[in-house]
Amino acid sequence: MRLSSKHLLGIKDLSRDDIGLILSTANQFKEVLQRPVKKVPSLRDITIVNLFFENSTRTRFSFELAERRLSADVLNFAANTSSAAKGETLLDTVNNILSMKVDMVVMRHSASGAPHFLAKHIPAAIVNAGDGINEHPTQALLDAYSMQEKTGRLEGLKVAIIGDITHSRVALSNIYLLKKMGAEVMLAGPPTLIPKYIKEAFGVHVTYNIKDALQWCDVANVLRIQLERQNQPLFSSLREYNLAYGIKRSLLDNLKKEIVIMHPGPINRGVELDSDVADGPYSIILNQVENGVAVRMAALYLLSPKTE
Amino acid sequence: MKSILTQTQIKLTVKRLAHQILENHLNLENTVLIGIQPRGIFLSDRIVDELKTLLPAEKIFYGKLDITFYRDDIRNELKIANATHIPFSTAGKKIIIIDDVLWTGRTIRSALDALLDFGRPLKVELCVLIDRRFSRELPIQADYVGRAIDTFSSQKVFVRWKENNEVDEVVLA
Repeated sequence: MRLSSKHLLGIKDLSRDDIGLILSTANQFKEVLQRPVKKVPSLRDITIVNLFFENSTRTRFSFELAERRLSADVLNFAANTSSAAKGETLLDTVNNILSMKVDMVVMRHSASGAPHFLAKHIPAAIVNAGDGINEHPTQALLDAYSMQEKTGRLEGLKVAIIGDITHSRVALSNIYLLKKMGAEVMLAGPPTLIPKYIKEAFGVHVTYNIKDALQWCDVANVLRIQLERQNQPLFSSLREYNLAYGIKRSLLDNLKKEIVIMHPGPINRGVELDSDVADGPYSIILNQVENGVAVRMAALYLLSPKTE
Repeated sequence: MKSILTQTQIKLTVKRLAHQILENHLNLENTVLIGIQPRGIFLSDRIVDELKTLLPAEKIFYGKLDITFYRDDIRNELKIANATHIPFSTAGKKIIIIDDVLWTGRTIRSALDALLDFGRPLKVELCVLIDRRFSRELPIQADYVGRAIDTFSSQKVFVRWKENNEVDEVVLA
């Protein structure tokens, strides 16, 4: 049993069955992570390189831990300490690494489509760990896994994605995944941070009022304001953003219903999420991080190459 | 199609296996029963039920193990993993692995590897319904055997259970 695609470039390319298979396999890996020896020998003949051309804490550690828990050999690459800084092209860098007999590539890159470009030119299986403002498939998978774990379903689940939708690869991957799995999606945030035609393109609801979104949803996935990708002012100030769109404890307490708060991290405390929400009873943010390892183990396991 | 065990024979065999386990272990205080996913579970469920009627007062440690991630042919073909559920420590315990058919011994090799990850057991035994003799690819033997049969490797043994096939029977094809 395998995924229908050789690479994991985006949720866009996955079928509903693929997503179901990754999530159910992640369940078995989650059990592995509770054992006294949290490790299986499945990938002990596989070497994986983690190419991070853009900064990351959670994703890089999560992938590395997932790889080690599968017994793979791991190589780490950070753009600022490598020859990429001397002007080597992406394809040259990767081909040089692959000539040392590397089987799989996990890559994060600030250019949207970088892993898709690589997939056309190299034989190894590629896992996209985030490309520009395009997709971050393993984040969407771990978000879905966490939602399913907490609420028991994806089909018919009402999910609000709140914040900087335009610059968020997490938002796009989440929309693709949730729509494929039969969930309902509402996007909420300032009009300047929500693409104009996204409602028609994806069949999602859009609101500029977060109270409406919170009242409507079962799960709110709150996104970070990506200041590093915004080259023009799209709202007046962070303080004003917080006043209009920040998630506050009082807002949630007034809803008088169960709600689940998620965030892909890193959190800007006091901007999109207040501390008493991030650390409060509604939040499953740290469960998301825990589940990330199991979900990435599942993806890597299912993409690991066959011997010819 | 040749019948190996009928419904009545399977019932008697399960009873015998449960009695033999008790004969060796006397009580199950320090013993753990582990069924191998997916098909060994049908047999282990029944043996555990039998042991419960024999020892109604005793707590029986019963777990289910999936060996997919430990297979030695994982690089040829990926299989879908089933759930593993062992909600207790196996360290210092006597483990009885339960599976339906012992053939090449490779599944049991994987199971031994997997079980070590749950703690160092005192002892590990193997209980199977069908032992396909003289076809082992690894030095592994069963301690409790329902029926030992001689087969060609081209033949197939089908163990069917009420739960998945409406009838309990073992046939050779």
